[in-house]
Amino acid sequence: MAIIVERKRLSFWERTYLPQILSGLYITLKNFFAPKVTLEYPDQQPVIPQGYRGAPVLVCDSDGRHKCVSCQLCEFVCPSKAIKVTPSAIPEDSQYAFIEKGPADFQIDMSRCIYCGLCQEACPEQAIFMGSEFSINAYTRAGLVRHKDDLYKIGGVVPDKIMKWQKIKEREAK
Amino acid sequence: MQSYHIFSDCALINGAIYFGLSVLCVFIIMAFAGLSVVAERKVCAYIQGRWGPNRTAIAVVEDIPFVGNFLKKNGLMQLAADGLKFLLKEDPLPKHVKKIWYMLAPVMALAPVLIVAGVIPFGVYWQDGRAYPVSIANIDISLLVALAVGGLGVYGAIMAGWSSNSKYPYLGAMRAAAQVISYELAMGLSVLPVILMASYNGVSALSIFEIAKMQSGDVWLCMLQPLSALIFLVALFAETNRLPFDMAESETDFVSGYHTEYGSFKFGLFFVGEYGHVVVGSALFIALFLGGWDPLPGCDWPSSWGIVSTLLSVATFLVKVAFMVVFFIWIRWTVPRFRNDQVMTLGWKCLVPLAALNFVAYLIYTSIA
Amino acid sequence: MENQKVKVNINGADYEVAAGLNILEACKSLGIEIPFFCYHPSLKVAGSCRMCLVQMGTPARDRATGAPILDENGVQKIAWMPKPVISCGTKVSEGMHILTDSEYVADCRRAVLEFLLLNHPLDCPICDKAGECKLQEYTHAYGRQTSRYVEEKNIKRKKRPLGTKIMVDAERCIQCSRCIRFCKEFIGKSILGFTKRGSKVEIGFYDNADNDSNYLLNVVDGCPVGALTETAFRFKMRTWFLKTTESICGESSAGVNTRVWSRGGKIYRITPRQNPFVNDMFMSDSGRYTFKKYEQRRLDHATIDASPCQTEYAVSRASEILKLGGVAIVANGWQSVEEMYLLGELAKACGAKIYMASHPQPDDGKLVSAEGAPNIRGALITGIISEYPKPNLGDLERQIQGGGVKTILCFGEDLAVLGLQHLLKGVNVIYCGALENDTSAEAKICLPLYSEFEKDGLWVNRQFRIQRFKKAVDAPKAAVNDIDFIAGLLRDATGESFKIPSVGALRAVIASKNEILKDCASVPSSGLVLDGSKFSAIEFPEAAAINFAGATSSKAGE
Repeated sequence: MAIIVERKRLSFWERTYLPQILSGLYITLKNFFAPKVTLEYPDQQPVIPQGYRGAPVLVCDSDGRHKCVSCQLCEFVCPSKAIKVTPSAIPEDSQYAFIEKGPADFQIDMSRCIYCGLCQEACPEQAIFMGSEFSINAYTRAGLVRHKDDLYKIGGVVPDKIMKWQKIKEREAK
Repeated sequence: MQSYHIFSDCALINGAIYFGLSVLCVFIIMAFAGLSVVAERKVCAYIQGRWGPNRTAIAVVEDIPFVGNFLKKNGLMQLAADGLKFLLKEDPLPKHVKKIWYMLAPVMALAPVLIVAGVIPFGVYWQDGRAYPVSIANIDISLLVALAVGGLGVYGAIMAGWSSNSKYPYLGAMRAAAQVISYELAMGLSVLPVILMASYNGVSALSIFEIAKMQSGDVWLCMLQPLSALIFLVALFAETNRLPFDMAESETDFVSGYHTEYGSFKFGLFFVGEYGHVVVGSALFIALFLGGWDPLPGCDWPSSWGIVSTLLSVATFLVKVAFMVVFFIWIRWTVPRFRNDQVMTLGWKCLVPLAALNFVAYLIYTSIA
Repeated sequence: MENQKVKVNINGADYEVAAGLNILEACKSLGIEIPFFCYHPSLKVAGSCRMCLVQMGTPARDRATGAPILDENGVQKIAWMPKPVISCGTKVSEGMHILTDSEYVADCRRAVLEFLLLNHPLDCPICDKAGECKLQEYTHAYGRQTSRYVEEKNIKRKKRPLGTKIMVDAERCIQCSRCIRFCKEFIGKSILGFTKRGSKVEIGFYDNADNDSNYLLNVVDGCPVGALTETAFRFKMRTWFLKTTESICGESSAGVNTRVWSRGGKIYRITPRQNPFVNDMFMSDSGRYTFKKYEQRRLDHATIDASPCQTEYAVSRASEILKLGGVAIVANGWQSVEEMYLLGELAKACGAKIYMASHPQPDDGKLVSAEGAPNIRGALITGIISEYPKPNLGDLERQIQGGGVKTILCFGEDLAVLGLQHLLKGVNVIYCGALENDTSAEAKICLPLYSEFEKDGLWVNRQFRIQRFKKAVDAPKAAVNDIDFIAGLLRDATGESFKIPSVGALRAVIASKNEILKDCASVPSSGLVLDGSKFSAIEFPEAAAINFAGATSSKAGE
C-alpha cells in the first residue's frame, strides 16, 4: 500500500531554490578552505592501529626461539590455501632438539592471502601473527611467496608470557 | 566606416596577421579549456577535503626549482599526462557505428565553440578617438551569431548519439537536443530587454561589443536587468551541459551519455569542446552582463593610456572569465543533478514564461518612462 | 553354537545378537558406539583402559529357589551390577540389559579420560598421530573439556628409536598394551613391555630385542595414541591432509588390502585395510614401502634409441615395428586382469606368443608369499599363459636363438635379469613400463606406462580372490595408460576401428567372455573368490594363507 507523505509547504523563496543554492555555495566554499583530510600516503605513513590485520608473519619468543612447530593447522584452516608448510624434525645438534618438530620451509603466498587472520587464530603455539605490514609488492609471482626466513625476519620477537617449551626444558633437566 | 582594424595596406599581410590572431585566439580558448580541467579537479578535490592531482611529474621538468614543484603540486603536469594519454591511446572504431558521422561528431562539438570565440570582444582599443573590440571579427550582429552558432554545438552530441548506433548514446543525444531547444528559447528571450535597452541608447543593438561598451564606465547590466542575467546564466548552464543540467552525459543513468562509444582522442575532443563551451559561454555572459573588460562597475580603463589600457582591458576580461569558469565548477560541485523532467519543467514552465514576462514588463516600463 | 542368537536389551530396546560376542562387538554390530582403547578384535582382551565401561544387569532370580523375582507389574526385575563392567571383557547372555548412554556411563568415560590425560603431554601439534588419535577423538566426544590438574606431569622418555622403523614416546603412552600383545601373539616375540609401577608405568623395549621383524610397524597402526610412530612417516605430513585410496599391495601374491595415503600427487604412506579373508588388519613392513621405487626409478618420458621424444610418436613407431611380424610379448605379473585380457587379444592379432616369468621369494608364512608378482593367477585365468611361469625366460631365449623372434614387446620386466642379456642386441626391444631398468635403458623404444598407484585394475591373489585397486595419484604427464596403449596397438594390428574402452567397459566385456571372471565387473571391496578348480593340476609355490576369517569374521573394525 502506498503511503502518502505529507510534505512541508515551501515558502516562495524556498520554491525559487535560489537561497538553497546560495547556502550550498557557502558550505562548499567553507569546505574549500577547510583543512584537507587526505593522507599523502607514501610520504606520510598511516598510524597502524592495535589489532590491525596486515600480512601474516612468523615470530620468535624472547629467547630467539623460532616458535613454529609446523603443526600445519594454519595450512589446514587457510581458506585461500596460501600457506604451505614443509614439516621436518629439528636436528639433533640443535639446542631445541627436544621440541622435535619444526618447519623445513614455511611458505605464505601473499598473492593468495586474504588477511582473514584464521591462521593466527588456529595457531596453538602463537607463532603466526597478523603483522602491521600492508604494502606487499614484487616483480614476479615467486617474489610474492614468502619463505620461512623472511617471515621470521619480518615478524621479529613477540614476548611470550607462558614460555611453555622453556618450562618443559627446565623440567626435563631436573 | 571600417569595422575592423587594418594593420597593413597589403591585403595579404593583413590577412596573414588576422590568421595569426585567429590561431592565437584558438590557442587561448584551448589553454583556458585545459586549465579548466585542472581547475575542475582541484576545486572539486578541495571542496571534498582532498588534495587533487599533485603527484604526476615529468622527469626533467620536475627538477626545476620552484617551477617544477609548482607544476606538480597544482596538477598541471597531470594535464599534460592526460593530453598525452588521449593522443597515444589506441583509437577504437566500433564496428557498429556509422563511420562518417561518428568521426565528424567530435569536430562538430568543438568547431562552433571556436567560431563563437571569434566574435567575443576580449577587450577594447582606441583608434582615432573611436573604440574597437579586440576580437577576430567585429560584426554588427555578433550576438545573433553567438547565439545561433553556439546552439549548433548540440549537433555534435546529436550526431555522436545517432552514429554510435547504441542505446545510451542515443538517449543522451535526444535529451541534449530537447534541453537545448527549451533553454535556447529562454536564453533568447532573456537577452531581448538587453537588446532593447541597447537600441534605446542608440547603439547597434545586436553587437556584443556595443552592449559591453554601453556598460563601460557605467553600471553593469546585471544590476539593471537582474532577472535577465539570472535566466541567461541558468540557460547558459543548460546550454553547456554542465551540472546540474548534464542530461546529455547523465553518467548516473546512461553510462556516459552521447560519447559512451568514444575513446581516446575523439573523446578528448568532446571533453575539450565541453570546457571550451564553458569558457566561451562565460566570456559571453561577462560581455553582456558583467561589464565586459571593466574591472569594477562605474570604472573603466581610460582611453588616454592607449595600448596599456587595451592590454589591461584584455587582462581584466580574461581574469573575469577565469573567475566565471571557477564559478561554473563551484556550482557543479554544490548543486545536485536535476532529473530530466525537472529540467524540462524548469525550462518550459518557469524560465520561458519568466523571460517573456520580464520582456513585457520592460516594454511597459520603457513605454511609460 | 555358530548361529545361536541371544536376546539382549540395550538402552531400553530389545535386540537379537549372536551368542558368544562380547558386549562391545554386539553393540558395534548394532551401530551403537562404545569407545575403547586397549581392545583389539584380533588380539586377546586385556581390559586395561577401562574406556568401554557400560552398565550391565541380568534378570533377577531368587538365590535360593532360582525363581524369577517379579515387580508389582509381574515383570521380572533386573539386577543391575553395582559397578560398571568393561564391555570388551563381558560376553552377552540371554536377557541381559545394557546401558551405554546413561549419565552414569558418561561420567565413567569422563573420569577415565581425565585419568588418562593426567600425565599425557598434550603435544598434539607435534604429534604425528593427531587427526587419527583415539585419545584426541574421545576427549572431544566424551571428555571434560578442561583440566583440573595443577601438579607437575610425570616425565618419561621421549623420542627413543625402536629399531630403525619406530620412534617410541613413553609420555604419550596410555598403557593399553596393544603393542605388547601384538608382538607376542602375531610376531611371536616379546619386544615391548612395561616397566615401573602406578603412574610411573612406562612403555619400553628390551634392549637386546630382536626388533627386525617384518611386521613390527603394525604396532604403529594399532597404537591408539602417538606413543609409537613410524620413523619413515614421522613429521612428513599431517594425516588430515592425506587422501586415502583403497588399493592392493603389490609386494606378493598374498594380495594384502591396503590404503594409500596421498596428497598432491605424492604418496606418503601405505597402511593395511581390514579384510578378514586376506590380511585382517595387518600387513608387512616391506609392503608399506612399495611406492618408494616409483619415487626413485620412475620412467617419466618416452625415448627412441635412448633419445627423448613425444609419447605419441613413440607409440606410433612401436605400432609400426609390431606390424613387421616376429613378435614376442613379455607380460608381467603386476599387470591387471584387464590388461592381460587385452594383451591376449593383441597376441592373437599379431600372431605373437606371450612369455612370462615368476619372481620367487621366501615365503614368511604370514602375509608375504613365495611369489613376488601379485597377479600370476590373473594371467592363468585370462589364458595368456597356460602353466605356472619359470623364474627365467628360457623359452624365449631359444626362440630368439632360433631366429623366430625379431621384436620383443616387453612390459616392465628386466630382460637382462631374466637371462636374455646377451641376446638383446639382436632384436628390437620395445620396453613399456613404469620403472627404469637396464632393459629400458637399452630398448629401441621405451614408453612410460602407469604404475599400480596410478590406475584402476584387478589382481587375483594366491587364494584366487580377485581384488580391486584404485587410482591414488596422477601419472606423469608423458605416461600413457596401459589399457589405452595396448588397445591402441590392438586397433592398429587388427585394422578395426573401435573406441578404446574405459576400464569399466572392458570389465563388462571380460565378464561376458570369460566364465571364471563373470562377476569381475562388480568386485566388492573385500574381493571375490574365483573358481580356481580348473588350475588344480598346477603346482603353486605359495603356502596357504592364514585364515583370519574363522576367528574374526564377525568382529568389529578398527
